[in-house]
Amino acid sequence: MAFKLDSKIPAGELAQKWSNHKAAIKVVSPANKRKLDIIVVGTGLGGASAAASLGELGYNVKIFCIQDSPRRAHSIAAQGGINAAKNYQNDNDSVYRLFYDTIKGGDYRAREANVYRLAEVSNLIIDQCVAQGVPFAREYGGLLANRSFGGAQVSRTFYARGQTGQQLLLGAYAALNKEIHNGSVKSYTRHEMLDIVIEDGEARGIIARNLVTGDIERHGAHAVVIATGGYGNVFFLSTNAMASNGSAAFQCYRKGAGFANPCFTQIHPTCIPVHGTQQSKLTLMSESLRNDGRIWVPKKMEDVEALRKGTKMPSDIAEEDRDYYLERRYPAFGNLVPRDVASRAAKERCDAGYGVNETGLAVFLDFKTAIERLGKEVIEKRYGNLFDMYKEITDVNPYEQPMQIFPAVHYTMGGIWVDYNLMTTIPGLYAIGEANFSDHGANRLGASALMQGLADGYFVLPYTIGDYLAKKIQAPKVSTATPAFDEAEKAVKAKIEKLLSINGSRSVDDIHRQLGLIMWDNVGMARTKESLEKAIVEIAALRKEFWKDVKVVGTADSFNVELEKALRLADFLELGELMARDALNREESCGGHFRSEHQTEEGEALRHDDKFAYAAVWEYKGEDVEPELTKEDLVYEFTHRAQRNYKD
Amino acid sequence: MNFTLKIWRQRDAHSKGEFKEYKVTDISSDTSFLEMLDILNNDLVHKGEEPVAFDHDCREGICGMCSLHIDGHAHGPSQAVTTCQIYMRQFKDGATITVEPWRSAAFPVIRDLVVNRGAYDEILQAGGFVSVRTNSVPDGNAIPIPQADAEESMDAAACVGCGACAATCKNGSAMLFVAARVSSLAKLPQGRVEGARRAKSMVAKMDELGFGNCTNTGACQAECPKGISIAHIARLNREFLAAKLED
Repeated sequence: MAFKLDSKIPAGELAQKWSNHKAAIKVVSPANKRKLDIIVVGTGLGGASAAASLGELGYNVKIFCIQDSPRRAHSIAAQGGINAAKNYQNDNDSVYRLFYDTIKGGDYRAREANVYRLAEVSNLIIDQCVAQGVPFAREYGGLLANRSFGGAQVSRTFYARGQTGQQLLLGAYAALNKEIHNGSVKSYTRHEMLDIVIEDGEARGIIARNLVTGDIERHGAHAVVIATGGYGNVFFLSTNAMASNGSAAFQCYRKGAGFANPCFTQIHPTCIPVHGTQQSKLTLMSESLRNDGRIWVPKKMEDVEALRKGTKMPSDIAEEDRDYYLERRYPAFGNLVPRDVASRAAKERCDAGYGVNETGLAVFLDFKTAIERLGKEVIEKRYGNLFDMYKEITDVNPYEQPMQIFPAVHYTMGGIWVDYNLMTTIPGLYAIGEANFSDHGANRLGASALMQGLADGYFVLPYTIGDYLAKKIQAPKVSTATPAFDEAEKAVKAKIEKLLSINGSRSVDDIHRQLGLIMWDNVGMARTKESLEKAIVEIAALRKEFWKDVKVVGTADSFNVELEKALRLADFLELGELMARDALNREESCGGHFRSEHQTEEGEALRHDDKFAYAAVWEYKGEDVEPELTKEDLVYEFTHRAQRNYKD
Repeated sequence: MNFTLKIWRQRDAHSKGEFKEYKVTDISSDTSFLEMLDILNNDLVHKGEEPVAFDHDCREGICGMCSLHIDGHAHGPSQAVTTCQIYMRQFKDGATITVEPWRSAAFPVIRDLVVNRGAYDEILQAGGFVSVRTNSVPDGNAIPIPQADAEESMDAAACVGCGACAATCKNGSAMLFVAARVSSLAKLPQGRVEGARRAKSMVAKMDELGFGNCTNTGACQAECPKGISIAHIARLNREFLAAKLED
């Protein structure tokens, strides 16, 4: 049975939708909020801000995170900044312009109403964070400073050195601590959600594993919020933290939640290139570097060869022999084109043979011009910590020689399908932040992930969840002594027993690396019908091998990292196939999804709005059974869908 | 490169631990310290042995999860970096490297090199916040803040909460950690309102949790991966004294 999708987008003018909706939805009285329990899984920007705000409102909140403290969530690693439509720079920014840039940046594959709301609440986020004591960068006059990010021609990005995610998360974590102090939020650290429990078609709670003792626990609630981030680690090598995973989202999908646009993956253009075969993860160099850094490769093949041989240093190559290919191809935006465009342009040059290191998979990001124009001190002040990090990893001093960069998997725009209230297809189950699919379409603009996480958590979910919970004020405490909890717990225990009993010959990491290679080669920056069909077959075979031949040492009732990784990989092996299926279905190119068969003469992504102006929502149908597709048509009432143009 | 590793193995909080020796061979000099442990662990799994448990996550030096004591130094031999940012080129080929968990009464061992740092969360829960509700705040530019104050606040806010300061201190004091949070908020007008209450409640919680006193040895500053200055401890002391005088 296909989904009956109701996006619940309110009627009316774009700018009035959110206000009208807030006025129309139900609220819960303080006396009733005290009787209602909410579980929030994940404590990054989305989860922490939601849990803190819901606790303030008077709900009883439980939060769960896999790390030893809520502050470790991967939001902390975001470097560059957070967008808002404040127009503090007086450069003619507005809510509408931020909305428009985001819709266009996402290549017209997001919902207008959701994106407009995101732009609308963006200004509140900055006010909130300042009040919490987030030390944003300031001008000499004491007012907030801004910088520019890709896909925008205004300066609307607020930042705290190269540690914006850290500072925003510490703000949300502090709000969370305030509520833990006040007794409204209870924190479960080193706990991993292993299943969602559904009763009478509604979310009733979760099964979690205490990662220290191995105990399997039941937690009931009137609503469950998934805020567990993205699934980029399907690729093994990505900029995500090592433990970032798609398992909570996948369990929701398995239990009936629709999963939307799984193939929309963001490949970030400025990461440190891969070296060797033992690497564990890739390191991002902030997009903010593209404010002052210029991207280039040599024009002449002889220079490329000399660089590879080491007979020439990059600084030896004359200005006229450098191809600043982004400035050449996209004069209006130059080095600040959106990420998908910059990544593909790097791939195009490297495919043509101009890659500048021994693997041929790197381009230069050069600060020579900026240092000449502004002086080393200014550059050091702006990007010092990023330059230090680059030097530590590569042993090259970027003040003297350009950085080498190459695209890497960074973010997943796809995720659990949600309606305008951020509720999934399962009543009482919500998804926020990167875990949902709603706001970034086929490509996310830089400095918009932090914005979305905090928008959902502080300013959207705390209102919209009330509309559902208002129907639950007569409901008793959720009992966990029910057949649905029994069954879910039994299934989780059986899965763990099975993994520990296989005792095969391949480690979890070996299989995960292999999955990553299949994904990168076939479901990466450029995809074709053939590569995707190949990936589906290979992933299914690898999944079989995993369940036959994986070796998971240790026991169920102890701190067992191999078991944790095996449980997550089991889900990545399903998600990878789902991504390939979705990419195969979407016979067009849009944003981060590039089907080589569908491109313009100039090599740009070619959309087919007549056939694919929809969100692809997948429904789980059982192990090794093809999932069913339902389409949510994306209706554009207020913007004209055009071929994206960053040239003029 | 080849190395001999002496690694602390301990089954759980209740077991007695001991050092065990392992050899790793053919390690590229560009391998990070944690990737070297990944290679060791992958070998151990293939042999059917349980791998060495250690905390790590972002591997970019920002999440504060990694926490190893390497050759007697928190976060290893380099200055101002976390364990995940150490590369094997910093060690001599053939060296013997000793790897231990944080050693601090307030951070009990969970397994091998993993410790429980919940005490740091508890200290922040006692007062490391500004009591503002969501949506009840003025415009972000309503209160100008001198750039130097914002920068100084940011210096202190760079703390990643890894625990190296308390693990390094011979008294097991968490003063640098507490001072970083108190000082970061004290430099901003938004944080000033609750300054006195914050300093008192966080210091009281620190004492209650069994952290030791600060005797100004400066070891914490030397080992801090984020270079947090002990000048912040002086500011914490001023805040604390002023709060006490008001009582």
